[in-house]
Amino acid sequence: MMEKVIDIKHLNKSFGSHEVLRDVNFTVNKGEVVCLIGSSGSGKSTLLRCINLLETPSGGEIIYNGENILDDKHDIKQYRTHLGMVFQQFNLFNNHNVLKNCVIGQQKVLKRSKEEAKQNALKYLKIVGMDQYVNAKPRQLSGGQKQRVAIARALAMDPEVMLFDEPTSALDPEMVGEVLKVMRQLADEGHTMLIVTHEMEFAREVSDRVVFMDKGVIVEEGSPEQVLHNPTKERTKEFLKRTLKE
Amino acid sequence: MSLEIILSILENNWPSYLRGAYMTLLIAVISTIIGALIGLFIGVMHTIPLRKKSIKSVILKLINFILTVYVEIFRGTPMIVQAMIVYYGLYAYGIEMDRFVAAIVVVGLNTGAYMAEYVRGGIVSIDKGQYEAASAIGMGHFQTMVHVILPQVFRNILPATGNQLIMNIKDSAVLSVISVTELFFTTKSIAGANFRFAESFLITCIIYLIMTFIATRILRVVEKKMDGQDAYQVQVKKEEPIL
Repeated sequence: MMEKVIDIKHLNKSFGSHEVLRDVNFTVNKGEVVCLIGSSGSGKSTLLRCINLLETPSGGEIIYNGENILDDKHDIKQYRTHLGMVFQQFNLFNNHNVLKNCVIGQQKVLKRSKEEAKQNALKYLKIVGMDQYVNAKPRQLSGGQKQRVAIARALAMDPEVMLFDEPTSALDPEMVGEVLKVMRQLADEGHTMLIVTHEMEFAREVSDRVVFMDKGVIVEEGSPEQVLHNPTKERTKEFLKRTLKE
Repeated sequence: MSLEIILSILENNWPSYLRGAYMTLLIAVISTIIGALIGLFIGVMHTIPLRKKSIKSVILKLINFILTVYVEIFRGTPMIVQAMIVYYGLYAYGIEMDRFVAAIVVVGLNTGAYMAEYVRGGIVSIDKGQYEAASAIGMGHFQTMVHVILPQVFRNILPATGNQLIMNIKDSAVLSVISVTELFFTTKSIAGANFRFAESFLITCIIYLIMTFIATRILRVVEKKMDGQDAYQVQVKKEEPIL
């Protein structure tokens, strides 16, 4: 029996009268790597952002380890520390250097000691290959380097689930590889990961499950072979034909 | 107008000039700091996200309304008039304020009204991604402000603050209407005694110029300092296991 970490039930999200997500039901199990694919505007980024409440869902439930985090009483800040978020635009704190970026959340939110936070940050910076750049400010780094630091920053909080929102979409082509390599390594180490991506080849390689979304609903999900090679739904076939042609 | 006369005025009056310049500088610096703090407070208050229908949000709205009224009044009226009203107005009610304190209150409140908008603009212009990244690691609004947003805002509003300091050095001259013994008032007394108005004020002019020039230079240095070094040190691996 697989252990459900995140269980989403009947999730809805609208911006004004525009419905972005419609009755989305979806789970992430412990240790699983799930890729969300779909064309732009299909709602996959919104779904990811709803999961850590950067967007407030309009309806439905998000069950995290058995508790509905949309209950009014739930401590959102506490919940968010269990989710590591990696953004398309990196969003490193511009006023802090690389090390401070990875330390500040641990110190201010998790209340870890300075030394403990530093050691933990260095451990993850080493994993992403950025431990030599601890003194650099974000503006001095390339896109790929920034994204690797952003991954280390999220990991340093020791989250239960890592969320990636199109982590390579804002990168120059030659930098995509270094970021995907780090993510592949994390997948191999058994991290639970939920990834919104346009990298089909990567999705095929690393994911345990691929979820295809279109117009705010989940159209099809299953193993990478099933969804990417033998899709059953017409919309999935069309999407794959379009993207693989490129 | 001759150099000889100027030199003799300077020789006879330099302690007065110096005291006047000192007062001007003191008023300008203190009131700029006070104004910056007021501006910071208002800017932060104006950008607190409102949650609908709570008592807190009603109180916040009320405070923000009062702050907006203050900003409009002080931005919309001449400082010379404010000085008269604050000093003589309170005097009429039997409150005799120290002239120096009155000066700082007027210039400080004036600066605060301008700085409030600079700070608000500085906060609004910070990339939304900075807030999201802070929220995503579990920081609250206050922590995000203190550790992420405001340090960036400080850097961004520094040029505007510098501008304000320079304006305050010059505009504090209007405080002579409430007989604050700053540089302009002092010069008037000197010129009134020797009847050499042009020469006496030429010296004053040069002193103002020196003060504003130095203030500009100092601010440039501070800006450079805040930006940090352009290059960073790559940590050479000392083979030492991290854990």
